[in-house]
Amino acid sequence: MANAAEDKSIYYVPERGWYPVFVALGVAMLLVGLGNWLNDIKAGQDTTHVLSWLGFIVLSVVLFSWFNKVIQENHAGIPNAQVKRSFVWGMSWFIFSEVMFFAAFFGALFYARTLSVSWIGGEGDKGITGEYLWPDFKPEWPVVNNPDPTVFKNPGESMASQGISTWLSYLPFWNTVILLTSSVTVHFAHTGVKNNNRAALKGWLSLTVLLGVLFLLVQGYEYYHAYEELGLTLNSGIYGSTFFILTGFHGFHVTLGTFILLMQLIRAFRGHFKADDQFGLEAASWYWHFVDVVWVCLFFFVYVL
Amino acid sequence: MARKRCGHVPRTLVTFHGDAVAPQTSTVAPYGFDTADCEAKENVNGKFLTRVIGGAALTTAGLASVADELNMPVGVTQISASVYDLHMLILYICCVIGVVVFGAMGYSMYAHRKSVGAKAAQFHENTRLEIVWTIVPSIILIAMAVPATRVLVDMYDTGDEDMTVEVRGYQWKWQYKYLDDNLGSTLSFFSALATPQDEIHNRSVKGEHYLLEVDNPLVVPLGKKVKLLVTANDVLHAWWVPDFGIKRDAIPGIVNDIWFIADKAGIYRGQCTELCGKDHGFMPIVVRVLPQDEYDAWYSAQSTAFAEREAMASQTFAADELMAMGEQVYNKTCATCHQANGQGIPPVFPAIAGSAIATGPRDAHISIVYAGKPGTAMQAFGTQLNAAELAAVIHYQRHAFGNSTDDVTQPVDILNWSAAQ
Amino acid sequence: MSAVLEAHHDDHHHGPAKGITRWLFTTNHKDIGTLYLWFSFTVFLIGGMMALVIRAELFQPGLQFVQPEFFNQMTTNHGLIMVFGAIMPAMVGLANWLVPMMIGAPDMALPRLNNLSFWILPFAAMILVSTLFMEGGGPNFGWTFYAPLSTTFAPPSTTYFIFAIHLLGASSIMGSINIIATILNMRAPGMTLMKMPLFVWTWLITAYLLLAVMPVLAGAVTMMLFDIHFHTAFFNAAGGGDPVMFQHIFWFFGHPEVYIMILPAFGVVSQIIPTFSRKPLFGYDSMVYAVASIAFLSFIVWAHHMFTVGMPLAGQLFFMYTTMLIAIPTGVKVFNWISTMWRGSMTFETPMLFSIAFVILFTIGGFSGLMLAITPADFQYHDTYFVVAHFHYVLVPGALFGIIAAVYYWLPKWCGRMYDENLGKLHFWLSFIGVNVTFFPQHFSGLAGMPRRIPDYSLQFADFNMLSSVGAFIFGFSQILFLFIVIKAIKGGQPATDRVWDGAHGLEWTVPSPAPYHTFTHPPKVTDAEAHS
Ligand code: HEA
Ligand code: HEA
Ligand code: CUA
Ligand SMILES: [Cu+2]
Repeated sequence: MANAAEDKSIYYVPERGWYPVFVALGVAMLLVGLGNWLNDIKAGQDTTHVLSWLGFIVLSVVLFSWFNKVIQENHAGIPNAQVKRSFVWGMSWFIFSEVMFFAAFFGALFYARTLSVSWIGGEGDKGITGEYLWPDFKPEWPVVNNPDPTVFKNPGESMASQGISTWLSYLPFWNTVILLTSSVTVHFAHTGVKNNNRAALKGWLSLTVLLGVLFLLVQGYEYYHAYEELGLTLNSGIYGSTFFILTGFHGFHVTLGTFILLMQLIRAFRGHFKADDQFGLEAASWYWHFVDVVWVCLFFFVYVL
Repeated sequence: MARKRCGHVPRTLVTFHGDAVAPQTSTVAPYGFDTADCEAKENVNGKFLTRVIGGAALTTAGLASVADELNMPVGVTQISASVYDLHMLILYICCVIGVVVFGAMGYSMYAHRKSVGAKAAQFHENTRLEIVWTIVPSIILIAMAVPATRVLVDMYDTGDEDMTVEVRGYQWKWQYKYLDDNLGSTLSFFSALATPQDEIHNRSVKGEHYLLEVDNPLVVPLGKKVKLLVTANDVLHAWWVPDFGIKRDAIPGIVNDIWFIADKAGIYRGQCTELCGKDHGFMPIVVRVLPQDEYDAWYSAQSTAFAEREAMASQTFAADELMAMGEQVYNKTCATCHQANGQGIPPVFPAIAGSAIATGPRDAHISIVYAGKPGTAMQAFGTQLNAAELAAVIHYQRHAFGNSTDDVTQPVDILNWSAAQ
Repeated sequence: MSAVLEAHHDDHHHGPAKGITRWLFTTNHKDIGTLYLWFSFTVFLIGGMMALVIRAELFQPGLQFVQPEFFNQMTTNHGLIMVFGAIMPAMVGLANWLVPMMIGAPDMALPRLNNLSFWILPFAAMILVSTLFMEGGGPNFGWTFYAPLSTTFAPPSTTYFIFAIHLLGASSIMGSINIIATILNMRAPGMTLMKMPLFVWTWLITAYLLLAVMPVLAGAVTMMLFDIHFHTAFFNAAGGGDPVMFQHIFWFFGHPEVYIMILPAFGVVSQIIPTFSRKPLFGYDSMVYAVASIAFLSFIVWAHHMFTVGMPLAGQLFFMYTTMLIAIPTGVKVFNWISTMWRGSMTFETPMLFSIAFVILFTIGGFSGLMLAITPADFQYHDTYFVVAHFHYVLVPGALFGIIAAVYYWLPKWCGRMYDENLGKLHFWLSFIGVNVTFFPQHFSGLAGMPRRIPDYSLQFADFNMLSSVGAFIFGFSQILFLFIVIKAIKGGQPATDRVWDGAHGLEWTVPSPAPYHTFTHPPKVTDAEAHS
């Protein structure tokens, strides 16, 4: 009997699987759980996380076995070249959609900085807004004095950089260095496996994961600093809002990325990946590069400029 | 094209029988020249067929002004008139294109049927043709864009206005503030739906201005450039008077400025045109355009009345006075949400009857009425009602619907409370 | 290893599994397509019933059946459900069934992801509909959920609404990734891009639109979530934000969205008209370029929904001009369809009837769209029933007729049986009359000044609303006839030939009817007869 992997004249279609429908179930449970939780908090009632946790567990278990299955099939040499190409297409366009997700938040940032803040501050085409409704609001970015401080508590201070001279003592700068380095190391890991140099693969990959963790620790400290020492919070007006939603979702993606890379690392130690077949690793590194690029934009538009 | 504003002439002058506008001044009638009104009339004795035929005619590039209710009103401002012309221009162009396109299609469907033995040609390209039908539409579009741009630029020609009024949208009423040169408020009042609930719930026959009548209309002088600063207090609303050809969103925390010059005295009606919650359909706009002298008379009368109402703050009232006054204020201000019977629409609009606040300590009650409850539909009425009205309505709420607290709330209590804040 | 191979080998050549798990676990593009189509039709009935509630309430002035707050929930959920639950899933269902067959692929590129994309939908729909029964009521702020009505002033159920939108977005994103991968990677040898059937082309471009805007929608609702629960200031001027910012972000998604709903319908019509004109599609290349330029333009016109928010003059002009431009490529398509019919040898089976109605009525909707694009005039049209008339003309006899035409056209290939032609024609005429009686009068109520989203109206609008409501019930119930026709065909229709329509070309017509569970196990030969050349 023919084997699709070799015989190009035969199409390959994967077996049906029970995973997807349970992923859908898990996600739905997770989100409904989160919804209950958020609403209870807002209504000031006591609440439970049971549903969200259940959903999370279902989701994790199913995803784990799903990926496991794919990896096994791959080792069994079942998917042919065409199917592997489909994975490549899939991953690249997924990353594109992620880019657009961040684009929405960057859009919000630019809109606020260039339009709404100056209008409310009495400048530009709709300056009448400021003149008439917000006479004592001064347009400035970062906004540390809100139009109505009784509704949105003024942050004591912003996270903005004080100019290149101060960068050496400026943590976001070091975080940039960390992420950029990690992009390079993950690339070395990838070239390593391509040259059948497994030591390089394991070494560089471990380093990358460590750098990811380090970045997260620094970012965690930054948040602590912002909340506890600067009084910069989610509800300190548009500056806090854009700052935390952009860095927050980026941080969330770094967490995911680090976790994915960790999985690849474990696989590497388990002897997975061949010189000519390591898309799992490659996809993870693409994702990591993407997270890195987003951070560079963040560093400039949120911290420096 | 014809600029007749109403389907049928000669028309009788409108007199406002019990129309809530009447209280404003006695000399309304001679200028009561109004679209909604003649439409309503036509409607009551429903000339339906004529209308549908008119409709067909209109769309097949027929007569434009068959009847107002078929088409955009020409209106009473330069702008609205030129918008109307623009509208008709595009409409005609589209109709012509439609006739050509559908004509060709119809002919082909008729002539090239298999049933009449049509043999299929096999051509599937014709570059020259395709270029033509890319160029021609482009030219047509330019022909539309030029006048459109001109009108738009005219609309944006703000400045050198004769007077300025702030228009502020609330759930679900409008506030008009007459402003002096440095934007200080000289006169301010609310303008809410005047149609009785019975008409809305089909318990009584609907008047001819059903849903298009308010207690206090905006009043402006004839032929003067009136600038409006449009904003909102809670959610988005939009201020629209078709006969002026202007519509602007009212946005909380943001100001939009628009202007109009009404060339004809009369009463013009519009509606809120941005979904703003439960009673979005029930916050009409009425503007009365008066000749300058009558406007001045109205204005001074208003400002004195305004001053008097403010003065009431220093008086003390008997309990039954408070109840009477309070009931009026309640039905005008609170009843849309908390309902006339005080039962509310839980959970969104809590009941007043037996509520913890309306039967509990009074300062809490004053506080929520005066300062509102942020993040809910409960507004800060301290900025909307004067001390006397607040005192009356609070007293009423604490003694109506079976609530019976043993306190009497006077304007001074309100003033003390707000002073204490 | 051989065990696994064995398994996959069997699954490969045998028919579908038995029982419910066939549908729950399936990775077969035909099963999944079927699921999508039935799901969307069910949801369409639900959304339709909401529309009928709206029309019943608007039958006469005064409050008849429902209270204003419930009316707003009906309007909102009708819009949401029809857009996200009826039209979009139906289009994806068609893509699932047809794209692999049309390009000679064995199945979709990522079959398991495909199953996931579908099974997210029922959960999302359940969450969305359940909000209606929650304390405080369901979403009541319009399908455009403008802040702050949808944030500070929203009912508690909004939290679940937001998550439902997230799910719907995720489903669409995975779906489009799959379609792109399929079209770019799974074409049979010889099926070059410029040989692909136009339906495949329109879906390829639609998938890119989805990929670009769905994440932006997710971002928008996420910011809503934060404004509601974490007191951020995105849409609140008191903190330096701006409610209008929400509208910009929403419409950056929202406008491409409307083309997402129409482009696949363009594709369907471009398949059907040549078949029944027995004549190749006129101007294939320009059709492709037209779709591409419509897609491109759709990214730079969004603020034409916001002419009244008080944008600076320059902005108004920019968005007016770009919007008007869209008439040109769309015109090219209309003209090409007509030239395809020109000097053809036409017959008028039900799919053709719906396609012709599509061309005419969509064009009328396009004209009103063009009128709306004229900014100064839009100040008078905006948020009136003129807009409602416009978008129902492009959505109902546009997108929806496209879907119905597709079902009549390919049903014989799907289930191997013909539908009842006479009943089909009856369904067409009822729908055609119903849709016009419903929506044509709304142009007039709009021009006369009737705002949208109101449960009650002043007297001069009475006649047109009554007429419109009558039409709505005619149209509505004729869709029940559609359901009957489809079931009748599946159960006991005449057996269909493989080619089904004598003028039909394309790989899907070369396989037996009904199409085998696995259409192509080996790459098919792409002949000029079956591919555009
Ligand atoms: C399938 C969906 C669909 C489609 C295809 C369109 C197509 C178009 N739409 Fe529409 N639109 C909607 C769905 C759609 N729309 C929806 C849902 C809303 C309301 C959203 C809401 O607020 O709830 C809306 C609202 C809407 C508005 C906002 C109105 C307002 O709220 O004030 C505008 C304004 O410019 C607009 C314009 C257009 C234009 C110019 C086109 C063009 O693409 C039309 C182009 C087609 C033609 C012009 C006809 C064919 C062309 C020819 C025959 C060539 C020759 C013609 C000329 C040269 C004129 N649409
Ligand atoms: C593609 C989308 C789509 C479709 C197909 C439709 C279909 C219809 N729509 Fe709607 N509509 C929208 C998208 C759509 N709509 C949107 C986006 C809005 C804006 C929402 C907003 O303002 O936020 C809107 C708003 C809207 C309004 C304005 C509401 C308002 O402003 O207050 C109205 C009013 O007439 C209306 C009517 C109809 C009608 C009569 C149909 C008919 O075609 C429906 C046909 C009816 C049926 C299909 C019913 C079938 C069921 C039965 C007959 C019952 C039997 C049941 C069983 C057997 C189970 N729609
Ligand atoms: Cu106010 Cu709608
Ligand atoms: Cu649009």
